[in-house]
Amino acid sequence: MRQLLIDNITSSTSLSDYKSHGGYAALEKALKMKPEEIVAEVQKSGLRGRGGAGFPTGMKWSFIAKPEGVPRHLVCNADESEPGTFKDRYLMQHKPHILIEGMIISSFALGANLSYIYIRGEMMVQFHILQKAIDDAYAAGLLGKNILNSGFDLDLHVHCGGGAYICGEETALIESLEGKRGNPRIKPPFPAIAGVWGRPTVVNNVETIAAVVPIINMTGDEYAKIGVGKSTGTKLISASGHINKPGVYEIELGVPVEEFIYSEQYCGGIKGGRKLKAVVAGGSSVPVLPTELILKTAKGEPRLMTYESLGDGGFATGTMLGSGGFIVMDETTSIVKNLFNFSRFYHHESCGQCSPCREGTGWMEKILRKILDGRGTIADIDLLWDIQSKIEGKTICPLGEAAAWPVAAAIRHFRPEFEEYVRNPQNIKDVKHYYRLNNLVEV
Amino acid sequence: MATKQIKFSDDAYELVQRIIKRYPEGKQKSAILPVLHIAQAEFDGWLSAPVMDYVASILSIQPIEVYEVASFYSMFNLKPVGKCLIEVCRTGPCWLMGAEDVVKYIEKKLNIKEGETSKDGMFTLKTVECLAACGSAPMMQVGETYHENLTLEKVDSILQDYKSKGELVTHWDKKHIKK
Repeated sequence: MRQLLIDNITSSTSLSDYKSHGGYAALEKALKMKPEEIVAEVQKSGLRGRGGAGFPTGMKWSFIAKPEGVPRHLVCNADESEPGTFKDRYLMQHKPHILIEGMIISSFALGANLSYIYIRGEMMVQFHILQKAIDDAYAAGLLGKNILNSGFDLDLHVHCGGGAYICGEETALIESLEGKRGNPRIKPPFPAIAGVWGRPTVVNNVETIAAVVPIINMTGDEYAKIGVGKSTGTKLISASGHINKPGVYEIELGVPVEEFIYSEQYCGGIKGGRKLKAVVAGGSSVPVLPTELILKTAKGEPRLMTYESLGDGGFATGTMLGSGGFIVMDETTSIVKNLFNFSRFYHHESCGQCSPCREGTGWMEKILRKILDGRGTIADIDLLWDIQSKIEGKTICPLGEAAAWPVAAAIRHFRPEFEEYVRNPQNIKDVKHYYRLNNLVEV
Repeated sequence: MATKQIKFSDDAYELVQRIIKRYPEGKQKSAILPVLHIAQAEFDGWLSAPVMDYVASILSIQPIEVYEVASFYSMFNLKPVGKCLIEVCRTGPCWLMGAEDVVKYIEKKLNIKEGETSKDGMFTLKTVECLAACGSAPMMQVGETYHENLTLEKVDSILQDYKSKGELVTHWDKKHIKK
């Protein structure tokens, strides 16, 4: 099992350590290439955006506008906030220089001379680690003027956010970087045409940019040989929940889901020997799947950790690889309570710009609260279904979908559990803490 | 009572000026989030209207531009908080792994409810959304520090540690402001 991102240094923020393990060799190689050759290598690699959307990175790069005399920018999206996802924080903490090296190579390929890493404000430890690594890179001539005598200039800065999940959306992130509230912009124009300060901008996730380093080192063709089909390369998976060995795992895309959950190499099985109930495979926004569907595809084949296999059959029987935020729930988990938790999150994090999202997320949270309270009706379950369908696809940014999909999937796959809350509220346990957390009056 | 003068320390002012230079000329508004973090660290852990006005003057923007940003992002406190702001993650995996028990325990221990400050002014308790530490849930953040894999015993020891130090703890730790 190859590891390309967290391979040879388990934890080192030092430039000398990174260099002694082959660090910055890809940069030396890249600076001898033409920018378009680097873009071609990334296209050949089949690398897809690792932040969640899975859009081909090389194609995204090829869209950037190149008007004469207009500066271009690369912005790294390090605003990792999707519940269940913590891989970027891990990578930046343990191997900051791979991100910096990836930023320099990618900036060179895109013709950007001023680039930013927009990191989540809460991650101050990683912010300062990155700042120190950037300072060291400047001192070593890896940033600044005439990098390694190549004639290429790059200023790279780390910028901290202020706490807002919505800023992980690329246009909201751009607004935030401009010093405004993180309200997403209507597209088009896409950032590649008019991004930060109206200039052509590419926004890529931390893991995506880090992956450019091994792609240049090993060539795009070799990188594309790893994985299955259009799911090429390796992927960092953040595993959490009721498993014996939570943590960040770098897998070659294509590992069977069952192996990932139960093998000692990865999650080590379910905690306490309990049964698996459900998995959210790619961060809180992707559809939850019950055991039988997460382990097997609609065709009855073993489901693999790939973009295609996890999505097999559409949302009726599939889900998404997303950001790789793999949340495992055992048989004791209440899907309704878990959904309430997620719905509260999306309500809290909606920027409020679009009515369907602003009103719909709060409405769904209220109905779920009512159901948990034992005051729900069957009509409430139908209403939840109706509301989520009226949010999806009707908002400026994908937060609407992110809020709707978990609701749709939970009802689709676990409707009897919702009905149990409605029909036999006396069976409901542990409701009181919801009142306490939400300052409600108990009835 | 004399009004407290609102002015960054020399080190903080120099850091703010360095940060402003990271953005193109005329785009100094982009520095607003890091500058607000530094302001919160310099001025008792929260942003009063005069502090936000001061930030506006430094960035050469209108005060309203600072207010609308400060009120949007969850990390900025617009009213006084305790010396230690305890932020317990309540979302997703942290919920699965017992975050509610942690909140309940801290409430009982400090005799406050979520959102309140302890009588001695030392602690404010807040629940927050996912902090990207799901693999080491449950967790809470105090200042820049993530406290992970929490147990109730661990919470006891962490609270005791902060209490004995008695210092203001902020996200942008003052040690990073000093030259």
